[in-house]
Amino acid sequence: MDERVDPILDIRGLRTIFRTRGGEITAVDGIDLSVAAGETVALVGESGSGKSVTSLSVMGLLTRNVGAIAAGSIHFKSKDGAVRDLVTLDEEQMRRIRGDDIGMVFQEPMSSLNPVFTVGDQIAEPIRIHRNADRKSAMNSAVGLLDQVGIPDARRRAGQYPHELSGGMRQRATIAMALACDPTLLIADEPTTALDVTIQAQILDLLIKLQRERGMGMLFVTHNLGVVAEIAHRVAVMYAGRIVEEGPVGEVFRNPRHPYTLGLLASMPRLGEATRMKQTGDKLAAIPGVVPSLADMPDGCAFSPRCSYAIDACRVAVPPLAKVNAMHRSRCIRWQEVGR
Amino acid sequence: MSAAPFLTVRDLAKHYVSRGTKLNILEGISFDIAKGEVVGLVGESGSGKTTIGRSVLRLVEPSSGSVKFDGTELTTLSAAQMRRTRPRMQYIFQDPFASLSPRMTIGEILTEGLNIQGIGTRKERMDRARNALAQVDLPAEAVNRYAHEFSGGQRQRIGIARALTLAPEFIVADEPVSALDVSIQAQVINLLRDLQQRLGLTMLFISHDLAVVEYICDRVIVLYLGRIMEIASSADLYARPQHPYTRALLSAIPSPDPDAPRNRQILKGDIPSPANPPSGCVFRTRCPVAMEACAHTIPELREVSPGQFKACIRDDLN
Repeated sequence: MDERVDPILDIRGLRTIFRTRGGEITAVDGIDLSVAAGETVALVGESGSGKSVTSLSVMGLLTRNVGAIAAGSIHFKSKDGAVRDLVTLDEEQMRRIRGDDIGMVFQEPMSSLNPVFTVGDQIAEPIRIHRNADRKSAMNSAVGLLDQVGIPDARRRAGQYPHELSGGMRQRATIAMALACDPTLLIADEPTTALDVTIQAQILDLLIKLQRERGMGMLFVTHNLGVVAEIAHRVAVMYAGRIVEEGPVGEVFRNPRHPYTLGLLASMPRLGEATRMKQTGDKLAAIPGVVPSLADMPDGCAFSPRCSYAIDACRVAVPPLAKVNAMHRSRCIRWQEVGR
Repeated sequence: MSAAPFLTVRDLAKHYVSRGTKLNILEGISFDIAKGEVVGLVGESGSGKTTIGRSVLRLVEPSSGSVKFDGTELTTLSAAQMRRTRPRMQYIFQDPFASLSPRMTIGEILTEGLNIQGIGTRKERMDRARNALAQVDLPAEAVNRYAHEFSGGQRQRIGIARALTLAPEFIVADEPVSALDVSIQAQVINLLRDLQQRLGLTMLFISHDLAVVEYICDRVIVLYLGRIMEIASSADLYARPQHPYTRALLSAIPSPDPDAPRNRQILKGDIPSPANPPSGCVFRTRCPVAMEACAHTIPELREVSPGQFKACIRDDLN
């Protein structure tokens, strides 16, 4: 946010494109987003909304020759206090930042871990690379990290291979790896989506605790609104490559001002409420239609074909992010009428 | 439980042997489903919910136990007899991408079961396919198209239509909305509930999502490591869960309501391996209220209030 002082991450006007056989498509279209130290910002949306492409753009992990940043800046403040635009850095410079200043956790722990190295070796690797630590002290740090992420019997576990660990343990190990060099920013892309709900609760708790202790900024990508409410301070809701609503989580979820956010919240079955709905015969408020194809976007507001609030003016131009209040924005020209 | 259940499962067990180790995937599973009833099977990975669903239709062969459907014991039927029973019992799969052949038109997919069963003329079969598409709100001309031309939500509708062409009385729906985005998920949940009510279907609904189950099911069976922990009506289970595992599971679900109390009870550790399940109660290694006795006693599923059963020896909890 503009008023925010000193963000760690400050994305302005980010546009990310993909080159396909059918031509260029815009996966992320003009994103502004910032994350401050000690703050967790959730990027939420459905498949194809551009949330993961946004995080890959920040990490410089777009597949070369396919995806590219076409416009915008990503200013990042590294541990030494230097602020640089990540878009202008070359691969070698990015490699020095990834795993050191920016830690990353992904959805599938098994594919983030190398099956032929022990867990300890893999956690020690960034410490040896970025800190020039010797093998022994790096391994000692790795064991300490495994202990911090709640893996019992850490020294023995460090000597094990990924397949010897459960899914929850593996995700703890990838978190340890991400934290190895004390990053100022942690990017977590659907880190609990592949986990069972009781294990998800453990990992969310761990991330909340680590983020507080270390005062890191966290960019948390998820499709799950319940997870957003558990973990994030602020939320940005994405639809078809754009942020459609943004603000403090409590404010946005209590008082959604974009019809898409409103629709998403209403379409979730909620514990305890479903029994009542069954008795009254109420239906879940599904959002009609499907997400538009990025190759064939509607004119104006991308949500307008599915929106019950849509009027002719919505189809003329992409609505600007309107200011609901100092912290809360909605990309809807009728935001004042939207609400529960 | 109803006096004349439509489906009766008794002491169902499934064991596998993997590299010399015996895996107890299911143990002592017993439950009934009344005609027209929707029963949910919930549990985490490895709880055995899919194995139960498949065993009921004999898509996997149970190791022991009995499955009675409308008075007929299924486990002893020959393959030919089972094939004659199958039109009455259909399966809806989780993955709308893997479950539809990319080489067949939707018409071919929808009429395959009718073909195998030798039902109707070619024209009648196509009419039934078009009819089934109408029931899931898809246009009749979809019969000439291929699965890749449809979105995830539409494909899941096609999977549901395929189950309907044979006019089944009983459906096992295995995580039918888990692969879908939230906004699409609600459409398909509403559709399933509509169809169930309109056609009077009996359903075994498998899901890891307890909120979806509450919305669609009359009764719920909670599984852990291949054993039943609790059975209750949806209304009772969500308002008054009795088993410590059910309570923990419900409290672990993140709520999007920012004003919801955050008093999560976090279970420690992981689900044990079915190769080496804990003695006594299988949940005891993660149970916040386990006692010494839990290691020695396999808890019976007991009725603790009318229609509500739990497999837990502790009665002193509230």
